[in-house]
Amino acid sequence: MSHGSARVTRRHLLQTTAVGAAAAVTGLINAPALIRAQGSPVKLGVLHPVSGALSYSGQQGRLGATIAIEEINAAGGIKALGGAKIEPTLGDAQSTPEGGNAEVEKMNSAGVAAIVGGYASSICLTASQTAARYDLPYVVDVGVADNIVTRGLKNTFRFGPGFGVIAKTALDNLVTINDQAGKPAKTVMIVHEDSLFGSGLAKLLNAQLPERGFQVLETIAHPTPTRDFNNAVLKIKAQNPDLVIPANYYNEYVLLARTMQQQRVRQKGIYSVLGGAASSYKFVKEFPEAAQYIMDCNHWFDPRNPKSLALKKKVEDRGQFYTYEVFMNHSCILLVADALERAGSAERAKIITALENSTFAGHVMPYGPTKFVNGQNQGAAPVNTQVLGNDIQVIFPQTFATAKPVFPMPPA
Amino acid sequence: MRGPSIAHIVLVIAMLATVPLLTASSVVLNFLIVALLIALVGQGWNVLGGYGGQYSFGHAAFFGTGAYVTAILQMRYGINAWPAFALGIAGGALVGAAIGALTFRSGLKGSYFALVTLAFAEVLRILASVAPITGAGVGILITLDLRPQAFQFQSRAPFYWIVLALLAASLVIVRLIEQSRFGAWLVAVRENEDAAKAVGVDTVRVKLVAMTISAAITAAGGGFYVQYFLFIDSAIAYGPWISIEALLAPIVGGVGTVFGPLLGALVVKTLGELTKLIAGDAPGLDLVIYGGVLVLIVAFAPHGIAGLLADLRGRFARLRSSVPERAHG
Amino acid sequence: MLSPVILVPAILNGLLTGAVYGLIALGLTLIYGVLHIINFAHGALLTAAMFAAFFAHRWLGLDPYLAAIVLTPLFFALGYCLQRFVIGPAAHGEDRNILLVTLGLAVVIENALLYAFGADTRTLNLDYAFNVVDLGIAFLALPRVIGFGVVLVVALVLWLILSLTDTGKAIRAVAKEKLGAELSGIDVGHIYAVTFGLGTACLAIAACLLIPTYYVNPHIGNAFVLIAFTIVVLGGMGSVTGALVGGLFIGVVESLCGLYLGESLGQIGIFVMFILVLLFRPSGLLGERA
Repeated sequence: MSHGSARVTRRHLLQTTAVGAAAAVTGLINAPALIRAQGSPVKLGVLHPVSGALSYSGQQGRLGATIAIEEINAAGGIKALGGAKIEPTLGDAQSTPEGGNAEVEKMNSAGVAAIVGGYASSICLTASQTAARYDLPYVVDVGVADNIVTRGLKNTFRFGPGFGVIAKTALDNLVTINDQAGKPAKTVMIVHEDSLFGSGLAKLLNAQLPERGFQVLETIAHPTPTRDFNNAVLKIKAQNPDLVIPANYYNEYVLLARTMQQQRVRQKGIYSVLGGAASSYKFVKEFPEAAQYIMDCNHWFDPRNPKSLALKKKVEDRGQFYTYEVFMNHSCILLVADALERAGSAERAKIITALENSTFAGHVMPYGPTKFVNGQNQGAAPVNTQVLGNDIQVIFPQTFATAKPVFPMPPA
Repeated sequence: MRGPSIAHIVLVIAMLATVPLLTASSVVLNFLIVALLIALVGQGWNVLGGYGGQYSFGHAAFFGTGAYVTAILQMRYGINAWPAFALGIAGGALVGAAIGALTFRSGLKGSYFALVTLAFAEVLRILASVAPITGAGVGILITLDLRPQAFQFQSRAPFYWIVLALLAASLVIVRLIEQSRFGAWLVAVRENEDAAKAVGVDTVRVKLVAMTISAAITAAGGGFYVQYFLFIDSAIAYGPWISIEALLAPIVGGVGTVFGPLLGALVVKTLGELTKLIAGDAPGLDLVIYGGVLVLIVAFAPHGIAGLLADLRGRFARLRSSVPERAHG
Repeated sequence: MLSPVILVPAILNGLLTGAVYGLIALGLTLIYGVLHIINFAHGALLTAAMFAAFFAHRWLGLDPYLAAIVLTPLFFALGYCLQRFVIGPAAHGEDRNILLVTLGLAVVIENALLYAFGADTRTLNLDYAFNVVDLGIAFLALPRVIGFGVVLVVALVLWLILSLTDTGKAIRAVAKEKLGAELSGIDVGHIYAVTFGLGTACLAIAACLLIPTYYVNPHIGNAFVLIAFTIVVLGGMGSVTGALVGGLFIGVVESLCGLYLGESLGQIGIFVMFILVLLFRPSGLLGERA
């Protein structure tokens, strides 16, 4: 990562947020204006864990959101509100629910029209709940826990898929890919991180894999952070499953993959679900050998959509990697902007209604037009990717695929 | 023993109680609720660490137990939130007594004691991260039910008054300890355990009682946390973050004093907010300033804020009394 | 699971990992043994050292094993200055204040790194990082084997410094009896700073040993701190041999528990072992009787 461009980004952020901070302070002094002057900016809360353990993901999420806001403003702002610009109110959730909660309170005081972000499920849960007190629309960027959208909160919307859908899609696609290849895989070992997303996913997989004709040899849970994967890899080596299914964050995934390479362990396939690095350009760039042929079922942009490719280029030009946090947050901001246009108002209740009726298709995700039921976007689903050559290709579903799956992995 | 009287305590609490009547700002109320919660947790630590001289690095063990018991009884057994909360306190006290019994009987003290409490907290964290009853990695989400019967409220003010009441109780408890014989024994153990034993103080029992009270107070904080945020998992419940908060507030505010944890919590939390304001949105910068100021506070107030205030009061008194002397030449 | 095919590599891996743990704990135990402080900043300093090792390669092209030669004296100086000019003066000699000061330092260092270098994980992709030593029954990663050897050498060197040099003897004198040492003319403040510097120097070496197989980000030190504390107490605070033996022991315990209980639950083995040892031998395995 070039330091020059990083500094530009930071300065840019500081400039944008100096305005945002000033606006927030003013907001604290004045009561949130109920009657907005035509053309005056609309404040949007952008909440991410930019410091603490989740800081990388938080910063990527913030990047995606701020790029989207810049684009909207450059294109003339919200036309239905007289060309009103969007003003981001940035908040650092500090990787804790209390941190997220405090920021939501401040954003509310500052008079934001809606909040986007959260990233981690625990932060999303508490932040959206607090926002609900003020009927403040909250759009979850990533957080996959199913209970985020089952609490009956009218203000909470999730653009991306939850666990249940991800696990089911991952399994459906696995069965299809396996069938198409002549069923080379029968046995499976799951390696998952032990907090919310890993445990939840492992539970679902353990329940559903046997039903689909796979035998789970062992499920290995590990903490985040894990210092060493040698034992896990030893077990994989000893039991020799056809498939390894990892579900963990970037650092652990890298360590696992490298250890497997070191120990000369090579299965018929690595089929990751919500893998931290399996569909990460950073991983492919830094570990091309270890990354080859790894399949993932994860959040991914629509590769046939020229907008997503344009965004990819924009992000990479800034010296950053085009990660899922970036494009999902980007799409969420566009979704809220669309709601603002259709509501023709920055009133929270109208935005919520607009989101409920939303059929937004201007995003870069392979979801089709949005349709929210109980806050969950029905079309949201993960797709299957595979690292082929030095690039990440979509291998499933057919409608978005850019390459055919290579399965089983050819020998080293 | 010198220290604020019950009347002082009542006055301070009464003043704090008026805050929700003076401001409707949720930002302020939320800030104060979190600060008071940390003050409560720190007061628990203070009983054992400040007065007893036994520094624990694992108070998360009690916080987390209070939180989990409250959550588990509600969500898995359908018990009402209020008795669940009370049982959470009892659960925390039990864990405190158990850990105390094991460690004090082995004669662990000083840094060894501190690190063994850390180990206990870690053991609980790891167990909670894999056990089905705590929801393992997924944690426990308490169902939203904004009614007083469910220990949840529409507005922030009732939460504020409840945590204030809990804090008030802890202040009174600590003051009573200060004035009691038990308190004298406890301080004797802190100052010189061997000498205390020599004059007949049952030091193990004294430490054990202190630990149990300490754990109960901190567990109350845990139970309150889970009712306020409605979500708990092993990292939140038993993580090092709360063990650190538990000792940071009393040490900054002044160990072994009644108001120390409250002062410390307010100072530390306000510092956090100020640094966020100063540093803008650059990630990490606010915490750099925060850490630096913390070091400075220690450098310039080695006996905590309470010590600083006492120092200033002393200097002021000496100034006043020295004037007539000078007049006499 | 008891098959030697898995057991032997697991134990060997545990020893290799434990060696690095031991080195990290070595620094900590020295600091504790002499200054009697629990250095909360140890993890953050390890993180800083790992960043230094990373950038030594990125900017200067220095292989980590070579970088160690440069970084060790650098971090010694850093540790010396920290103790002499920050921790010592700020703490006014009170234990609890030292605790807070090192805590504050930890926050400053970790977040300064976050602010300066960003949050993302950096790794070094060295050619030899994937080489293995083939023992037939186990594949041992080459960097880790090298690391094992280096740790033994460092421990030996440290032991020699403490036993044979004047400074070493002064350090041991201060550790045993500070007042007496002071009265015999030893500059205690200087000795404290030297000890802290030695502790930080150990971290620099440990960082260079870790970086070929591990990764760097601003939070990474935290993963090792608790284990380091555990080993220090286990081995007996202030005991160099104790830290090394304790490290190897904990490494094996972690590995075997991870094997039988799973990586998550297996972590419990370290802490349970720690608690058990302390309950029955309160001054640690090799520590002096309190």
